[in-house]
Amino acid sequence: MKLTVNGQLQEAHHAPGQCLRTLLRDLGWFGVKKGCDAGDCGACTVHLDGEPIHSCLLPAFKAEGRIVTTIEGLAGPCEISSGPPEQFHPMQEAFLAAQGFQCGFCTPGMIMTAAALNQAQRQDLGTALKGNLCRCTGYRAIWDAVAGIGHVEVSGGNGKGPVGSNLPAPASTGVVSGRTPYTFDLAMPGTLHMKVLRSPYAHARIVGIERGAALALPGVVAVLTHEDAPGRRFSTGRHENPRDDAADTLLLDPILRFVGQRVAAVVAESEAAAEAGLRALRVTYETRPAVFDPQVAMRTDAPLVHDPADRTPPEPGEDAPPLLAHPNLAAEAHGAIGDVEAGFAEAAAVYEQDFVSQRVQHAHLETHGALGWLDEDGRLVLRTSSQVPFLTRDALCRLFGLEREKVRVHCARVGGGFGGKQEMLTEDIVALAVLKTGRPVKYEMTREEQFTAATTRHPMQVRVKLGATADGRLTAISLKVVSNTGAYGNHAGGVLHHGCNECLSVYNVPNKRVEGYAVYTHTLPAGAFRGYGLSQTIFAIESAMDELSRMLGIDPFAFRRLNAVRPGNPMVSTSLEPHDVLYGSYGLDQCLGLAQAALADDPGSPPPGPEWLIGSGMALAMIDTIPPRGHFAHAAIRLELDGGYGLAIGTAEFGNGTSTVHTQIAAQVLGTTPDRIRLRQADTDAVAHDTGAYGSTGTVVAGQANLRASLALAEAIRSTAASRMGVEPSECRLTRQAVETPRGAIPLTALADGPLLEVKAESDGSPRSVAFNVQAFRVAVHPETGQLRILKSVQAADAGVVINPMQCRGQVEGGIAQALGAALYEDYRFDDEGRATTRTFRSYHIPTCADVPRTEVLFADTYDSVGPLGAKSMSEAPYNPVAAALGNAIRDATGARLTSTPFAPDRIYKAMMAAAAER
Amino acid sequence: MDLTTISSVLTPRGLDELPSWEAGDAWLAGGTWLFSEPQPSLTRLIDLSSFHWQPSTIRPDGLGIAATCTIAELNRLELPTDWLAAPLINQCCRALLGSFKIWNRATVGGNLCMALPAGPMIALTAALDGVCTLLAVDGSTRHLPVMEFVLGPQKTALRAGELLRSIDVPTEALRRRTAFRQISLSPNGRSGALLVGSLGPSGGFTLIVTASTPRPVRLSFPGLPDAAALRQAIADGTQGVGWYDDPHGSPDWRQHVTGLLAEEIRREFEEGTAR
Repeated sequence: MKLTVNGQLQEAHHAPGQCLRTLLRDLGWFGVKKGCDAGDCGACTVHLDGEPIHSCLLPAFKAEGRIVTTIEGLAGPCEISSGPPEQFHPMQEAFLAAQGFQCGFCTPGMIMTAAALNQAQRQDLGTALKGNLCRCTGYRAIWDAVAGIGHVEVSGGNGKGPVGSNLPAPASTGVVSGRTPYTFDLAMPGTLHMKVLRSPYAHARIVGIERGAALALPGVVAVLTHEDAPGRRFSTGRHENPRDDAADTLLLDPILRFVGQRVAAVVAESEAAAEAGLRALRVTYETRPAVFDPQVAMRTDAPLVHDPADRTPPEPGEDAPPLLAHPNLAAEAHGAIGDVEAGFAEAAAVYEQDFVSQRVQHAHLETHGALGWLDEDGRLVLRTSSQVPFLTRDALCRLFGLEREKVRVHCARVGGGFGGKQEMLTEDIVALAVLKTGRPVKYEMTREEQFTAATTRHPMQVRVKLGATADGRLTAISLKVVSNTGAYGNHAGGVLHHGCNECLSVYNVPNKRVEGYAVYTHTLPAGAFRGYGLSQTIFAIESAMDELSRMLGIDPFAFRRLNAVRPGNPMVSTSLEPHDVLYGSYGLDQCLGLAQAALADDPGSPPPGPEWLIGSGMALAMIDTIPPRGHFAHAAIRLELDGGYGLAIGTAEFGNGTSTVHTQIAAQVLGTTPDRIRLRQADTDAVAHDTGAYGSTGTVVAGQANLRASLALAEAIRSTAASRMGVEPSECRLTRQAVETPRGAIPLTALADGPLLEVKAESDGSPRSVAFNVQAFRVAVHPETGQLRILKSVQAADAGVVINPMQCRGQVEGGIAQALGAALYEDYRFDDEGRATTRTFRSYHIPTCADVPRTEVLFADTYDSVGPLGAKSMSEAPYNPVAAALGNAIRDATGARLTSTPFAPDRIYKAMMAAAAER
Repeated sequence: MDLTTISSVLTPRGLDELPSWEAGDAWLAGGTWLFSEPQPSLTRLIDLSSFHWQPSTIRPDGLGIAATCTIAELNRLELPTDWLAAPLINQCCRALLGSFKIWNRATVGGNLCMALPAGPMIALTAALDGVCTLLAVDGSTRHLPVMEFVLGPQKTALRAGELLRSIDVPTEALRRRTAFRQISLSPNGRSGALLVGSLGPSGGFTLIVTASTPRPVRLSFPGLPDAAALRQAIADGTQGVGWYDDPHGSPDWRQHVTGLLAEEIRREFEEGTAR
């Protein structure tokens, strides 16, 4: 069929049931993104004869003879191979000026939709954009873009250097024009497609897989079963030290431990052939009893998730499973300081309650997936959607017995992560398929697989008990945490221990005790998720703090001031072991003051009606700026022949904004502008090692390595210039073009013409500092329906020196929005057999534009002695205090204490009824 | 998404070109649901758009809505001024979970045939006494009120190979005053309860309850009931139907808010503020 795309008359082949999105991407228009593949997220929005549509829902044949405009052609006709246009469409300009994106995966669809709105629709953006989901920004930057409000500053404008300025992301123009490639935006001839058969049972053994019929189908190249897979166990969870996570996972396992686990994979010439191959597989299962509830799983007679009888003894060099109190335990945490019972005995008020945090999905718009091939040297290459390319490379080497030199893992721009991509969920099976077939193989998870087979936040039940004296001094705190790690133990221990750490060490309490259990069940494995355990425990503790302040009649801000640590106080959770966390800077006092003042100064929006109940609430959060026990980054920077700089770092860009920060740091140190810094990143070929962009380390660890390398290079350039001109290095000054010396300037290009000026540096993630966040809300609750409106939202953050205020504000806003999703809406449902029934964004509601209030974001003024140029991390932290602050506001408004998230109207209603019945 | 099991798409230009119905066949209208979920059992699509049915017709006896009329086309309609129910159309369109982009493709007939509890076109046409015209494989025609067409979640009265041709809404219903109430767990979310009340010129009151119940419930009164009578009627009318349970609202909350919204509608008419 023929159609016109972006001014080009194109001849396209299409399958009968194909959608337009696939046709456009097959033609090479990669700006059309596949986010949900179901018409919910809008990332694939194009214009059909000028009308915006979701191209994943339009049968391709309906575009015959029609005119299609994609993001690439919004500004005017263009070729498939063109770059960003010379003149942008006004809406693209607006998104550039407001930087209305973070990872940018939703941006093409967002802009194509926004560009089609009329005046009235722009006034009611919440409705107009209800078919466009963004998981990163919290929508404020998108509102601003559509409203024509700009934030981006010119480099060196206002007399400021790069650090502290709102400099735009290096990829901005590519993102808004759909030209920046993401993981799957690469056409490689001869690529095979993989589809994965997933377990229909929560617990079963594969008796047999009959693959003959599948292999006989046209286009099917290979079938992979547990018989083809390496026998070495590993964890999908990735850490610097692989022993942090129990090696309990096989690439393909004859024992199935959750609905959705891999059973087999089919590799074929097309996705259709691979799907046909899956349907032709004949699998015989022997089902077994399953356990879904972690409390039940800890009983003596519970079915075992990892039955030792199913497992061959560990090979030499392989870790034996740890010995724990119950075979269904994946990890435990026990610790105490002081005498907790004595502490409660001396308390004037004690509050004790169970708080439950539910399972939530990361919902990054780009699903997990990888493309793999063998390069001309026979090296295994993976291009993957990952936060941890180096650790994935190492894991693949161990799994397949390959030398490091034989494997390269790299990332294009990644469409969101939030911790979900600190896992190896696709690379292992793609590698197996590449090694087996010798051909390029692509595996892109579907959105349904994202809900049924990827990881989630750990569901947790936290019993908190908190006591204080009449004058408000905390006397004791105890936590009992039961975390459901699901079928595998990836991140089970890390999340449990981290979850029981900073939430306790932020308070001066002489008596503290923790009892924690991460329990295996036959459910979807949980994994790393923004906050890494703290969002769940902080919900419990900060809710309890609120109740206690009510019992004692003390203002909640004052109650925190009275009990929170301040410089000089030891930061202790439940162990007196020495650690490497220090007060690099301390801004909690400022954060409490800023949030309290903002709440008092402006009541926010009026309630929708006089009958609505009004209340306010707050919560605080502290987080270590770096994960413990080593987090490494390497950076290499050199002067290039054109007088610019090439900077190589390991961290991936997935909307965290670290690419901008890296160019700002290097430019600041080298006296140049960020456009002169060319970044090469997230590639195991680029630098020696990088632990990865997790634990909020993109700025503080990799930035530190970059800072050290840039400082040393600046020194080397000055020395070289000095010796050429016969002056002292201290007399030389770097500028954008040249080194200025008392005897005249030497152009950088002249220096670059000599011996290579290159410096490598590293950082090891120690010592570590602490960052703080205080969230406050004023809410209105309808007394009869339970509907909730957020009238005012404020978050004060201590991020040290804010390198890019526009971006850091975006991180805070995005964290709040994601946390509001978990606090208000997001609710995984499972049937009695353990099948996830919420498999689309239609049934699993993540925040839309209309759901997120504008938050006043305020920064404390501190300079961190640990982080690069005084900066601290600010990516997970904003998420952590939100649920408790909201619950406390609802409590204030209604008298009802909600002890489990989400606080949907139906649950608020129920809690209000229960509270009324008690009165 | 790509429906990889589809091996052919038929585009008949008239009813006489319709093929014999086979297992694996599906009617294709806007495709906004069909292409939004895996359809492994389907092998052939029969496209209704090639019939080029007139999307809507305004006649003295009422409004004819073709099954293939898009939500956007319906929303754009200019109706006679004495059709007081006209605002209900936009209210129900806005209750659709899908955005205005979906309105451009999704059809009224598709919304009815999906038979989701929260289907706002079901609420609209049921509230306006809509009657479905169904075409059978043998060319015969039958008529069913919307209330009898939608039987339960994703369950309709359609027989194998039968086709929803149109929905006719009588003038008598369009001249009624209407009141619309909808609630969901998030500001623009899928309806947890969607109620439409209508008051005829002779004082007859009808209430349609959707979204909170697995299928629409219709309550009729000769005149506006008092609060207690309305409450009792809802209790009686939903008996045996039950309250729907899905991620868009718990059954007890749906029952509760249905009562609240129904009472709001009753009061709106009582106070005479309805448009």
